[in-house]
Amino acid sequence: MTSASSGLAGTTHEPDEAGHFGPYGGRYMPEALIAAVDEVAAEYEKARRDPEFLAELDRLQRDYAGRPSPVTDARRLSEHAGGARILLKREDLNHTGSHKINNVLGQALLTRRMGKTRVIAETGAGQHGVATATAAALMGLECVVYMGEVDTERQALNVARMRLLGAEVVPVTTGSRTLKDALNEAYRDWVASVEHTHYILGTAAGPHPFPRMVRDFHRVIGLEAREQVLAAYGRLPDAVAACVGGGSNAIGIFHPFLDDEGVRLVGFEAAGDGVETGRHAASITGGSPGALHGAMSYLLQDEDGQTLETHSISAGLDYPGVGPEHAFLADSGRATYEPVTDAEAMEAFRLLCRTEGIIPAIESAHAIAGALRLGPQLVAELGPDATILVNLSGRGDKDVDTAARWFGVVDPESLPTEPPPGPVDADGAVASGEREL
Amino acid sequence: MTASLTGVDRLGEVFAAAKAEDRAALIGYLPAGYPTVKGSLGLLTQVLDAGADLVEVGLPYSDPVLDGPVVQHAVETALRAGVRVRDTLGVVEQLAARGGRAVVMTYWNPVLRYGSGREGGGGPAAFARDLANAGGLGVITPDLVPDEASGPTGWLAAADREGIAPIFLVAPSSTDERIAATTAATRGFLYAASTMGVTGARDAVSGTASTLVARARAHTDLPIGVGLGVRNGAQAGEVAGFADGVIVGSALVSAAEHGRAAVARLTTELAAGVRGQHTGR
Ligand SMILES: Cc1ncc(COP(=O)(O)O)c(C=O)c1O
Repeated sequence: MTSASSGLAGTTHEPDEAGHFGPYGGRYMPEALIAAVDEVAAEYEKARRDPEFLAELDRLQRDYAGRPSPVTDARRLSEHAGGARILLKREDLNHTGSHKINNVLGQALLTRRMGKTRVIAETGAGQHGVATATAAALMGLECVVYMGEVDTERQALNVARMRLLGAEVVPVTTGSRTLKDALNEAYRDWVASVEHTHYILGTAAGPHPFPRMVRDFHRVIGLEAREQVLAAYGRLPDAVAACVGGGSNAIGIFHPFLDDEGVRLVGFEAAGDGVETGRHAASITGGSPGALHGAMSYLLQDEDGQTLETHSISAGLDYPGVGPEHAFLADSGRATYEPVTDAEAMEAFRLLCRTEGIIPAIESAHAIAGALRLGPQLVAELGPDATILVNLSGRGDKDVDTAARWFGVVDPESLPTEPPPGPVDADGAVASGEREL
Repeated sequence: MTASLTGVDRLGEVFAAAKAEDRAALIGYLPAGYPTVKGSLGLLTQVLDAGADLVEVGLPYSDPVLDGPVVQHAVETALRAGVRVRDTLGVVEQLAARGGRAVVMTYWNPVLRYGSGREGGGGPAAFARDLANAGGLGVITPDLVPDEASGPTGWLAAADREGIAPIFLVAPSSTDERIAATTAATRGFLYAASTMGVTGARDAVSGTASTLVARARAHTDLPIGVGLGVRNGAQAGEVAGFADGVIVGSALVSAAEHGRAAVARLTTELAAGVRGQHTGR
């Protein structure tokens, strides 16, 4: 079977030398950081041709992260999709619980190659932060994660995970206090620390070479799935579905299917309360081209080019931009992008729990909701054999609190607002949260 | 001020005049709209009256990645109060009307999106035109590098058509190759970032600043302004020893929190500093 390093082999769908996908991508960023991204680009070019690097990446992805991830035939869920066969690519089963580890292990190895000793990251849902904290622990790197204060509250479990792993989590209190502001803080850190610090950007966005490099580390998702589906069913899927925040899990599963003309690629963006309400995070559906966080792409902005506040129940999709290759694919029509509301995503979340015994990340539930919408359309068009491959990008442990409140499965009063007390010490005093980790 | 002179020409005059007095030029930064649009006009006027040769009018932007907490707070305040891009141009226009010399400091996206809600198209070309008409001399773009500014529809062409100066930054991390390319694209003056980091007053002027200025001089005859971290007359004097311009931002914004008198006091001290007359600190 294909391995993680196959994703780095180069494709016929590459940006130009300066990282442009058509009019998108490039480098819209401070001069002070250009030398750093040049170094990353050069090192990545060397690494992806270095058999030792590739072997180490494959070893980690196999023995540590648990690749390959399986493809699950979701038979009971399919009954709710107009009879279309739904296949789940199980990135939720990777170590740390999402696709994010694919990129992080690659960039952490690169950090070591560059001789840097500290890594920083931004995180929304906390999955990228957890993956980065994990890799930093594994490789003995210092780790600081920036996370919007709103997100530290709604993804508290992941904050605890990162701290247990030895990372410093910095709650960001500027702007909208979500993912975009965490990115701003990470850039501010990097400008001052670049000599010994690598910024492990968490999605296929940002300045060149990140969109391409992060994509390559995630291409293993689509490469594996393509082989797995072919082997099990003797055919390719009719459609591939993924949720789109910054776009890393989506580009990872889409990319190996770009030349398979009959395979539709559909990305699902967070529509929050509905695109028409203005309270959403659907950058392609509801946005326009602009430059933010290092690249030209679609983004949610006002008439003056100020970034708009976003809303999604999913912290990992609550971001006003999207990776430049998705902007390019959207314009070309090779991939299409549709909005999924909070309510639709949560209904799909419930359904996947009840029909397949899988609690998905709320991000991934957007892709499930999309597949449920797509199913009847495909069956009407192609007949009962219609098959949809869905990227189940992560598991939902982190979202149990949000989901419990949404569905009212527990009395909200009974959910802890204060952390439970820690162990009682010899004097009978409660020692909560005071112990050295 | 002659109508036929371009913004680039007039920036040249600013530095030539300072040089004729054997000193560096003093350049002060404050964001438009802080604490209000009218208030910012008053503060910037004060900076010019108290001895600055040029002001940078900051265009408030939602994601100022190269700014530290002081400037962030000021622009957030301005944005929350509803400041618009046209207000920044308005401030420039009023400063220019009373003989003040001003450039705009802006992140790239507001320029890219300029006038997008208007008939007849907008974008960088329209921004350059409207700034030139307002009497502005140039634009500093902290997150636009010349690599993304070329081509017939690019920023360099738009600025050139209107005679306003595209002012780019070099940093201590810039390679010689990049310094050469950046200085070649820059007009008016080159902005040298004294240190690796975001804006904010610092206790000491970084030793990397003079090295960077020396490296840049090998590639250009443009005047070189040094910014990031200068906060008092003594530091201004120190930077004036090796640069053509001393750029002060965060310290002025902090002073602005205390009102016009504080801004005037600091500017006076800085103006003495660039003349080698600072009283020491
Ligand atoms: C499980 C999961 N899926 C998807 C995303 C969205 O990111 P991307 O669009 O880069 O895949 C996140 C981000 O936090 C995530 O945790």
